[in-house]
Amino acid sequence: MTINQSGWRPTAPEAGETKASTFTGNRALMLEEALLFEIGDTDTTGVDFAAIPAGASRLGGLDRNRTIGLAGLSEPEAVRHYTRLSRQNYAIDLGLFPLGSCTMKHNPRLNEKVARMSGFADIHPLQPLDTVQGALELIHVLGKWLVKLTGMHSVAMSPKAGAHGELCGLLAIRSALEARGDKREVILVPESAHGTNPATAAFAGYRVEDIPATSRGRVDLEALKTRLGPDVAGVMITNPNTCGLFEPDMIAISEAVHEAGGFVYCDGANFNAIVGRVRPGDLGIDAMHINLHKTFSTPHGGGGPGSGPVVFSEALTPFAPLPFVEKQGDHYALVEEETAEEHHGRSFGRMVAFHGQMGMFTRALSYILSHGADGLRQVAEDAVLNANYILRSLDGVLDAPFGGSGPCMHEALFSDKGFGEGLTTLDLAKALIDEGFHPMTMYFPLVVHGAMLVEPTETESKAALDQFIGALRSVAERAKAGDQSLKAAPIHAPRRRLDETLAARKPVLVWKDPEPAQAAE
Amino acid sequence: MRYLPLSQTDREQMLGVIGAGSVDDLFVDVPAAARLDGAIADLPNHASELSVERQLGAMARKNLVAGEVPFFLGAGAYRHHVPASVDHIIQRGEFLTSYTPYQPEIAQGTLQVLFEFQTQVARLFGCDVANASMYDGSTACWEAITMARRVTKRAKAILSGGLHPHYVSVANTMAKFTGDVLDTRVPELSAETDTQNLIEAIDDDTSCVVVQYPDILGRIDDLSALAEACHARKALLVAVVTEPVALGAIRSPGEMGADIVVGEGQSIGVGLQFGGPYVGLFACSEKLVRQMPGRLTGQTVDAEGKRGFVLTLSTREQHIRREKATSNICTSSVLCALAWTAHMTLLGEKGLRQLAALNHAKAVAAAERLAKVPGVSVINDSFFNEFTLRLPKEARPAVRAMAERGVLGGVSLGRLYPDAAGLQNGLVVAVTETVTDEDVEALSVALEEVLA
Repeated sequence: MTINQSGWRPTAPEAGETKASTFTGNRALMLEEALLFEIGDTDTTGVDFAAIPAGASRLGGLDRNRTIGLAGLSEPEAVRHYTRLSRQNYAIDLGLFPLGSCTMKHNPRLNEKVARMSGFADIHPLQPLDTVQGALELIHVLGKWLVKLTGMHSVAMSPKAGAHGELCGLLAIRSALEARGDKREVILVPESAHGTNPATAAFAGYRVEDIPATSRGRVDLEALKTRLGPDVAGVMITNPNTCGLFEPDMIAISEAVHEAGGFVYCDGANFNAIVGRVRPGDLGIDAMHINLHKTFSTPHGGGGPGSGPVVFSEALTPFAPLPFVEKQGDHYALVEEETAEEHHGRSFGRMVAFHGQMGMFTRALSYILSHGADGLRQVAEDAVLNANYILRSLDGVLDAPFGGSGPCMHEALFSDKGFGEGLTTLDLAKALIDEGFHPMTMYFPLVVHGAMLVEPTETESKAALDQFIGALRSVAERAKAGDQSLKAAPIHAPRRRLDETLAARKPVLVWKDPEPAQAAE
Repeated sequence: MRYLPLSQTDREQMLGVIGAGSVDDLFVDVPAAARLDGAIADLPNHASELSVERQLGAMARKNLVAGEVPFFLGAGAYRHHVPASVDHIIQRGEFLTSYTPYQPEIAQGTLQVLFEFQTQVARLFGCDVANASMYDGSTACWEAITMARRVTKRAKAILSGGLHPHYVSVANTMAKFTGDVLDTRVPELSAETDTQNLIEAIDDDTSCVVVQYPDILGRIDDLSALAEACHARKALLVAVVTEPVALGAIRSPGEMGADIVVGEGQSIGVGLQFGGPYVGLFACSEKLVRQMPGRLTGQTVDAEGKRGFVLTLSTREQHIRREKATSNICTSSVLCALAWTAHMTLLGEKGLRQLAALNHAKAVAAAERLAKVPGVSVINDSFFNEFTLRLPKEARPAVRAMAERGVLGGVSLGRLYPDAAGLQNGLVVAVTETVTDEDVEALSVALEEVLA
């Protein structure tokens, strides 16, 4: 069964069909593409230049004297190379992309258009401030939205992505503690947290300890209270958490941490579930990053760029990083190292060159203005509705470890319980590829065996959800029945399963030109 | 709401399947004190595409666009012509709207692009291997310093005065928390770099020396002696390249012995964008690969023996290694890496060399013209497409005054080093292929006027 019943099938033949070979190795619209270094050469270019004026060289005698080995392509060849490669990718534009914790929602093209306006795309970060007032205004307006949507006190716009935002939050916490002469060494992180949380805490110089969870997939408040003490700088909690559940004790958690002298960091990766319905500031949170590439739909581009602004409570605001935009009357100023001393002398400093991900700010503000306050609330509601619809539609088909404890938030978590002998989450995921879907997040969170975390987002129609549910039901039933043919999946993708062990054991990370054949004497 | 496909009927049917009376029932876990009853006050409601475009267009029009005036800013971000097909390629939905390639069978497009990118970066920098990108040059620079600490098990890094001051600032911020010791300096407004001073500062506690090539004032220095001095003390040489186009004209840092080469890739394919998103480049020698931060793409085969690519050596990374990872980086800058590699592929070696030669020739001509402005001199002996002028008065007000005349005349060292008294008369001028003879003339005239 393929997803497209109408006949066009962009993949290899069905298992069992004769694989008539072709001269080229291509199969109609399934086109193989060689590496750039196999089809290009160092004498080809796809760019024309004006004549180079004659003149003296002032390169200090360091003129390049060796070939670099950069293959070039003419423009038609280059466009074809990348277009062919693009067709080997799954994407949100092609179908549902239920990667849990990643919030793969539709990327409106208006945002792309706006980001390419020359007034945003073609301005230099070090232009005199009078010549970039509109850019500073945009950063200021977006920041105000983020502050209001989260009910927090201030926002740092410069962090480059979620993990960079986590670092920003923890450095502010550490600065606030050190400002009161308090050296604390431990950050508490639930076992279910994203790997970036403990990695960030270690990067910021902290020791990491686990927070225990309850059997309902939430933070164990009593156990947490027992562990809190004068050595604990703070906690990092994802809310809604990575099991797709809201932490009902969040206010009590914050109070307990504050009482023990620590701070509460919230991983805002899952803000999409609550935007417009819950303000983290009302939960006692001190710092939270917002992944603009998740909740606010800036395209993920195969692995970034992201953008991770961090909202702060009043207590942490004085320690926020440089630079930031400040409105002074009708003028927008940029507070940098030189102006910080006057009224922002406690800032922990600069995290990045220049001022953050402007190209993501324009897209995010375009998305936010499009939705408005009413639309953003609807985003959260539809995201949560879609996830619960998937969760309940698979009752009795897939094991949902926390499904009995009530509704989920924006993502539904399943386990591999009940799969037939030898069949795993990986097999089910690969079978979903054959069904024309990107699989869900696999084996995360770590607290559930063979975890499958499904986040449909609000931009899926009911028809798309129904088709996905049908496909998931079908492969789950095959897995439970012990259908060993799942082990062969995917069979319709551009590649069969890839040997990751070989890749790690004998790393080939760059192309090496084949040795030239020995010339005959 | 144009981005939300569910109809009211859909919602009701779905609530029926779920067994919930209303959507509020799905938010039962939220404490009552934190529930918002309606849309947040003081914020506008949803808007049409036309309306949003108008609102943002009004902000865009308040900025002075680089491409509409004589433009000479650099200092870590450069304005080059990007071929139209690059923007077309990165807007292919299959690239634009995909995720990190966790499922390699349906992400070969991104993975092959990254493998080609890694190869291009490694070759350009003269290194064995490169990763699949970092956030930007400044964060890549800090990651290189921490990597040198892991490799050498020493915590003192020596930073050249020629390193971009924002990069120094980022490292200073991080070092406050990590316990790294940074030996930093400020550049001098002269043709001499601090290479000899750096060589003398290396000791047995030194993890690495960090040097920018060409440096913040545009100067180019042979790194060979510095590399030898580092290696004699078992320290690493970290080279930072903020203008990779330069490497089409001058030797790569890897050739001269640098162990880690990082860079800001913005100048190829990415555009100015007021400072981000950019793309960090990170390359090193093969023996250091297991200490590298960030994603790596590697070649392998599939079950039928066909060549394919996967993310690899991930036991270095946060999602496997958690608090023991080499870095906390997750999302990096892959779409900008695609723009970089597509532009580099269009250039090829031939085009990159032509582009570099054109930049250098234009910069040399501009330097000669600007040196004729009364009271102005060029401090550099050597440079690629960026050099520093010494003005007879402070450069910062001069830059503002030129901007009022519609000329974006460079980056004043006062903007970059507000506290360094000896640098206030310095003006860093970048001249790329986008600059015309008329632009140079306009800058010369504007400079003469504002200095008069």
